[in-house]
Amino acid sequence: MSGAAILAPESEEAVAAAVAAAAAAREPLAVEGHGTKRALLRPVQAARTLSLRRLSGITLYRPQELVISARAGTPLPEIEAALAEKGQHLIAEPPDLHALFGADMPATLGGIVAANLSGPRRIAWGAMRDHVLGIRAVNGRGELFHSGGRVLKNVTGLDLCKLLTGSHGTLGVITEITLKVLPAPEAVGTLAVPVPDLATGVRVLSAGLGSPYGVSGAAILPEGLAEHGLAGPVAVLRIEDFAASVSYRLSRLRAAIAGAEAATLLDDAASRVLWRRMRDAMPLGARPEEAVWRISVRPTAGPQVAERLRAAFPAKLLLDWGGGLLWIAGPATEEAHAAVMAAAEAAGGTFTLFRAPEPLRTAVPVIPEEPAPLAAIGRRVKAVMDPAGVLNPGRMRAGL
Amino acid sequence: MIRLPDPKSEILARREEIVAGLRRLVPGGPLGEGVISEPLRLRPYETDGLSAYRQPPLAVVLPTSTEEVAEVMRYCHRNGIRVIPRGAGTSLSGGALPLADAIVLGLMRMNRILEVDYANRLAVVEAGVTNLGITKEVEADGFFYAPDPSSQLACMIGGNVNMNSGGAHCLKYGVTANNLLGLKVVTVEGEVLEIGGGHLDAAGYDWLGLLTGSEGQLGIVTEVTVRILRAAEGARAMLAAFRSNEIAGAAVDAIIGSGIIPVALEFMDRPAIHACEAFAHAGYPLDAEAMLIIEVEGSEAEQDMLLGRIKEICGRFDPISLRVAQTPEESLAIWKGRKGAFGAVGRISPDYLCMDGTIPTGELPRVLKRIGEMSESYGLQVANIFHAGDGNLHPLIMFDANDPESFRKAETFGAEILTLCVEVGGCLTGEHGVGVEKRDLMGVQFTTTELAQQRGLKSAFDPQWLLNPAKVFPIEDNPVLAQAA
Repeated sequence: MSGAAILAPESEEAVAAAVAAAAAAREPLAVEGHGTKRALLRPVQAARTLSLRRLSGITLYRPQELVISARAGTPLPEIEAALAEKGQHLIAEPPDLHALFGADMPATLGGIVAANLSGPRRIAWGAMRDHVLGIRAVNGRGELFHSGGRVLKNVTGLDLCKLLTGSHGTLGVITEITLKVLPAPEAVGTLAVPVPDLATGVRVLSAGLGSPYGVSGAAILPEGLAEHGLAGPVAVLRIEDFAASVSYRLSRLRAAIAGAEAATLLDDAASRVLWRRMRDAMPLGARPEEAVWRISVRPTAGPQVAERLRAAFPAKLLLDWGGGLLWIAGPATEEAHAAVMAAAEAAGGTFTLFRAPEPLRTAVPVIPEEPAPLAAIGRRVKAVMDPAGVLNPGRMRAGL
Repeated sequence: MIRLPDPKSEILARREEIVAGLRRLVPGGPLGEGVISEPLRLRPYETDGLSAYRQPPLAVVLPTSTEEVAEVMRYCHRNGIRVIPRGAGTSLSGGALPLADAIVLGLMRMNRILEVDYANRLAVVEAGVTNLGITKEVEADGFFYAPDPSSQLACMIGGNVNMNSGGAHCLKYGVTANNLLGLKVVTVEGEVLEIGGGHLDAAGYDWLGLLTGSEGQLGIVTEVTVRILRAAEGARAMLAAFRSNEIAGAAVDAIIGSGIIPVALEFMDRPAIHACEAFAHAGYPLDAEAMLIIEVEGSEAEQDMLLGRIKEICGRFDPISLRVAQTPEESLAIWKGRKGAFGAVGRISPDYLCMDGTIPTGELPRVLKRIGEMSESYGLQVANIFHAGDGNLHPLIMFDANDPESFRKAETFGAEILTLCVEVGGCLTGEHGVGVEKRDLMGVQFTTTELAQQRGLKSAFDPQWLLNPAKVFPIEDNPVLAQAA
C-alpha cells in the first residue's frame, strides 16, 4: 500500500528536509517517481509517499563527452528525445514497462535506475548500473550525498552509484543521475532463425554472441514471429552499427551459424519494432491477472529452467540475454512462485517476482534470500544508510 | 609524506606466536613455505608499485585455497591482527603497502583457472591469475578478457577487482566492474560469500558493484567470474599529430561527435612524444605539440571505412601528420611508443610519480596549460598521457628520489594536479585507486558527511578495521589513524 499523503518536493534540499523530518518522526516514506512500478516487488507500508516527479529536467548534456545528467523525476522519454536529437541513446536500452504494469505515465529516470532495469542490449553492452557515472541522493538521515561524478572513469572511494542502483529506494532517495551514453547506431538488422526447441535456440544465440560480429541482442520468442510468418520458437540476433557493417555482419553471421542458412533477415524498420517489443516484454502476452517473474541464469541453463516451469504450471515464456533472462507469466499463486524459486535456485541463478497482486507479493520472498553472513552485512548497510528505516521499508525484503 | 598508524605493540610482541599459529593453518607445499617471516625474505613485500613507501610486514602468508584464506581470516579476526591483501604488488597508489603489525595475505599462489565456458562467455579464475593470463588461456579460441591495464603481464585479477582497473580500451569495453559476473569473497570473520555467479544482474543489493574497487577494505577476493568476449575480426591503428593541445582536443570531440567510438583513443603531449620516440623509435612526429593514437575494430573493409572517416575528420584540424597503419605490423609500430611510455620516462628520469586523475574531456587544453605552468613553478618535468576518450589523465612527474626535497615537491605538484582535476569536474583517480597515495586528498572530492557514510559502509563489513586499514579514508576520518593520533 503506497501512502495516501503525497510529498512532492521541488528541490534536493526539500527532499532532504522531508526525509529528515520523516526520520525524526520515524514515519516511513514510500519513495517513487511516477509510481509506475508500485506492483514491482513487495508493497511498501508507509502512510506517506515521497514523489520525485517535480524534481525533473536535464541538468547537463555534453554529447562529445558522452554524458548526460538529469534529475530523478525526469520522464525517460524526455531524456531519450534529447539524446536522439544528437544521435545518441541510452546504452542499456531500459524498458518502457508502463503497459506491463498498467500505469498511465512513463517511467522516470530515477525509477529505472533504482530498479536497475535494462533491455536486450544488456547482454552485450552492460546494464543500467554499468552506465551510472554519478549519483546525487539523500540518505535516510536526510543528508545529501554524491558518489561518482560526470567522468567516464572514476574509482575514487566506494562505489555508491552501484550500491544505490537496483536498491529500489531503500538506501537513499536518488535526486540526480549522470549516465554514460553512446552514439545511436545508424542501422539495425535482425537474423531470425526458426529452431526446433529452446536448447537449439540457445545454441544459435551462443554462436552469435560468441562470433566476432558484435551481436547486440539475442533472444528467443517461443511463440514465433507471426507478423513475419515464422512459427515458434524463433531465435533472433540483432546487429546495430553503420549500415554497411550491419548488412555485412548479418550475412557473415548467417553463414557462421549452423542451421541459420534458411534464416529470415528483418530490415531496419522491422528490427526496431521487434526489439522495442522485446525490450518491453510485449511478446510475453501477460494477461492482467497473471503474475510476471524474471529469472536470470547462465544462458545455457535457460532451456532447463523453462522445462521445469512448464512442468509446474502453464508458463508463458520469453527468453532474452542469450537465453539467460527468462520472462515468465503464469498464475499468481504461491505454488507457481515456489516453482520459480526452485527453478532459479537449481540453476544457480536469481529471480524477481516482477508483477503480482498484493497478497502474493506480501506472502512470499520476491527476490532470493541471502545466506546469513551476507544478510547480516545487508542489515548493517541498511542501518548505515537509513538508520530509522524510513525509506521504502519492506520493499525488497520483509522487515527491512 | 603520508603518515601510517602506530603498530599495535601487543601484536608485535606476539610475533613468534602469531607466525607459528599461521604456519599451522598454512603449512605450504611444493610451491614453498606457507608463511614467510625472516626479515630478508620479507623485503620483496615491503612495497608495491608506489615504491617511495616501504614498510616490512609482520609476516607474509601465502594460502593456496579459499579454505586456507578463511582459516587465516578467522585466526586474524580472533587475534585482532590487521590484514593487507596483495596480488602481484603492482598498485601505483600503495594499495598493497604493508603495516608493521599486519600480515600480508598474498594471493599469488591461488593462480588456477577453474573453468572456461565459451557458450556462456565466462571464465572462473582464482584471484592470483594474471590479467593477461586470462586472455592467454582463451585467445587461441578467439576470445579475450577486455580490461587491459598497462601492468597486465604481472597484475592479478584479484587486484584488478579491488582497484576496478581500467586500461587503454575501456572506452569501448568498460572497466573491470563492467566485465565481472561473480566473486568469491572471504569476510573479515572468515565467512565465505558467493556473490553473483554465471548469471547477470542478481536481484538484491549490488554487492558485486560495491566490492569492485573497494581496495581491500571490505573482504578478501579469492575467486572471480569474468566475462570473456570474442575478439573482433581485426583492429588497426592510426596516428594523428597536431599543432596544439587545443586542436587535438577539438579533433577528439569531432570524432566522438561523428558517431564513431574507436576502441582506443590515446593522447600524448609534446614531452611524452619526445620521451617515447627517443626510447622506442616509433617514428613519432617531433614537431607536434600533441598526438593521437586511434584504433578501430572490424573486418578489413570496416577498418578502412572507419579509418577513412576519422582521417577525413582529422584532416579538418590542420594536422602535421596523419599515418594510417596498413598492416597489423604497422599498428604495432604506432602503439610501440605509447606502450613503452613508462619505460621511456624512466630513461629520462630514474624516478617519476604516475598520477591518475580524470577530467571532462573538454577541459583537457585548460588542464594541460595549468599543468605546464605548475611544471615551471615546481621546476619538475612532466609528460602527459591521456585516455582521451574517457578523460583519464596520467601526468608523469619526474623527480630525483635521492633528493627528499625533490620528492616532496613532486608529491605536492601531484596533489595540486589532482585538486585541479576535481575543480574542473573530474575526480582524484580514474583507475589506480586511492590507496595511501591519495588518501589525504579525499576531502577535496567528498564532504565530511560523505566520508562518514563511506566509513560506515566499511565498518558494516569490517567493524574493527582490520582489512587494509590506513588507506582510502583520510586521517581525520580513519579510526585506525585517529587512535594513533
